Amino acid sequence: MTRRVRSVFANPWGKPRFLPLVTALYVLWSLVPVAIAVQFSFNAGRSRSTWQGFSTRWYAGSPDAAESVLHDPSLRFALNQSLKLAVLTMLVAAPIGVALAIGLARWRGRGSKASNFLMLVPLVTPELVMGVALFLVFDHLYDFVPFGTWAQFLGHVTFSISFVVIIVRGRLFAIGRDYEEAAMDLGASPFQAMRRVLLPLLAPALLASFAIVFALSIDDFVISQFLIGGAESVTIPVQLYSGARLAPPPSLNALATVLMVTTIGVIAIGGLLYRIFGKKVGASEGGALETIGRFEV
Amino acid sequence: MPTNLQAAEYDTVGQRRWVWPAFALPGVVWLALLFLVPFYAIFAIAMGRLDPILNRPIPEWNPLYWQPDIFVEALGDLFGGRIGVVALRTVAYVLIASVLCLLIGYPVAYFVSRRAGRWRWIWLLLILAPFWINYLMRMLSWVNLLGGDGQVNQLLGAFGIEEFPNWLSGHHYVVILGLVYGYIPFFILPLFAALDRIDDSTLEAARDLGASSSQTFWRVTLPLSRNGVLGGLVIIMLPMFGDYYTPNLLSGSPRTRMIGNTIDQFINQTTSQGSLGAALTVLLMVFVAGLMLYYLRTINRSTEEARR
Repeated sequence: MTRRVRSVFANPWGKPRFLPLVTALYVLWSLVPVAIAVQFSFNAGRSRSTWQGFSTRWYAGSPDAAESVLHDPSLRFALNQSLKLAVLTMLVAAPIGVALAIGLARWRGRGSKASNFLMLVPLVTPELVMGVALFLVFDHLYDFVPFGTWAQFLGHVTFSISFVVIIVRGRLFAIGRDYEEAAMDLGASPFQAMRRVLLPLLAPALLASFAIVFALSIDDFVISQFLIGGAESVTIPVQLYSGARLAPPPSLNALATVLMVTTIGVIAIGGLLYRIFGKKVGASEGGALETIGRFEV
Repeated sequence: MPTNLQAAEYDTVGQRRWVWPAFALPGVVWLALLFLVPFYAIFAIAMGRLDPILNRPIPEWNPLYWQPDIFVEALGDLFGGRIGVVALRTVAYVLIASVLCLLIGYPVAYFVSRRAGRWRWIWLLLILAPFWINYLMRMLSWVNLLGGDGQVNQLLGAFGIEEFPNWLSGHHYVVILGLVYGYIPFFILPLFAALDRIDDSTLEAARDLGASSSQTFWRVTLPLSRNGVLGGLVIIMLPMFGDYYTPNLLSGSPRTRMIGNTIDQFINQTTSQGSLGAALTVLLMVFVAGLMLYYLRTINRSTEEARR
């Protein structure tokens, strides 16, 4: 790297380094605007474009002014609502998805093809269509479910299940059935083999799905917005959407930064645990990465 | 030795046959009730009637009684009517933005997957980072930058340019660049994965047989990355066709309205237009059905490969 840098300085008109240049410009373009938004969440003044010194007032400023993420009621409610939904969704979608993945990977009877198809379609359905569908069904058919937290929770679980299946299924195929068969040759019953062999081997994928579902839910905008009930069910992305064009104070940037740090933190922990526990059966790590890339839209 | 009767009841690892469907059951029921039924509800409302007193859509659940009136109205609006322009604009925006994603994203994915050397993992982290930064936050950042006293205008001012447009009030190029900015990471990653899978020995063989490095790229690497390019394009085009927040945040003007804005408005803001919104959603789905099917096939193929 240093040699390359030196050679550029020694002979700036040498062979054009088109690819690294384009990539570097792309990375700058994609990350600098966000970095600036984060920077101004620490601005001492109200401006989001003129730097007036460092302060954390927009995160935890005084309760009297009610202007910080911690003390402005609308921002604090949004943070609460997003966290609540993400945790609930994670706890429900991950177990359902893991069971569905195991079931679909091994079930070879009537209905298995159709169920597999039903699991895949939500992945390729534009979020707008799913938002419209869920809104209409809660408005006209399941009208016993109130808009707001409950509807949002049901919606989030619905779009999360398929992601869990895809992640767990990759791992299931990598594990194969040899370990379970070995356990049963050694005298384990089928259920013992599953509980004591398969599930521990699946643990990394389970952790990864928890992390991914949390991130999917907390970052979701379209479904949360379509199923909103009132001011109390505004989530962080919805708050960012509705506040962005109203010349908001930097506290909105602070809220966005809290969301970003939470998501990246959860994904980093999930990825780390996956690496620590995931090596044992040599499941392809590229596969997990690709899964995230392929389906996270 | 199990008898034939027992063999029918148990599968290869000795598990009872009803066990696996039982595992799948909760998920299948959930998706049936909260994906399939809602999906059907769109049709039931698009093909239903409008309550003349409450001015509210009445779903028609029985396909035998479906009324095409609202559907015909939506089609009329789409072809020549008030929504035709919006639909054409949506297609134009999505196509231009996708081409830009391809032109910018291909070199980036190619460099990081094949030319980045030992700093590869840092580059990879950098191109992955936008995935975990909320889309709305990334748009909010641009709203800040492009505002009247924002950094973009400050920068232009520093170069002595004092006359600038109000970036955030109805410019096609701002919305298109916003779409590119928002969706390009989702294009780059699948392409990266496809390029990463290409076996080095294939490229070495091309070089050994006398191809120059540019010939190797155009005649070996590029064709081999075709599925990655197509997959990436489908992945970004589907959500772009349903986008309404990007034009709302970066412009908010009727001049940059996309079909998603119309649907969002009909469904979320005016209850009396709910059926028309549902009909437009059906038409949108019909329009993107080809993309959805291609995407489905890709996912299925990749699971089949994983299974082997």
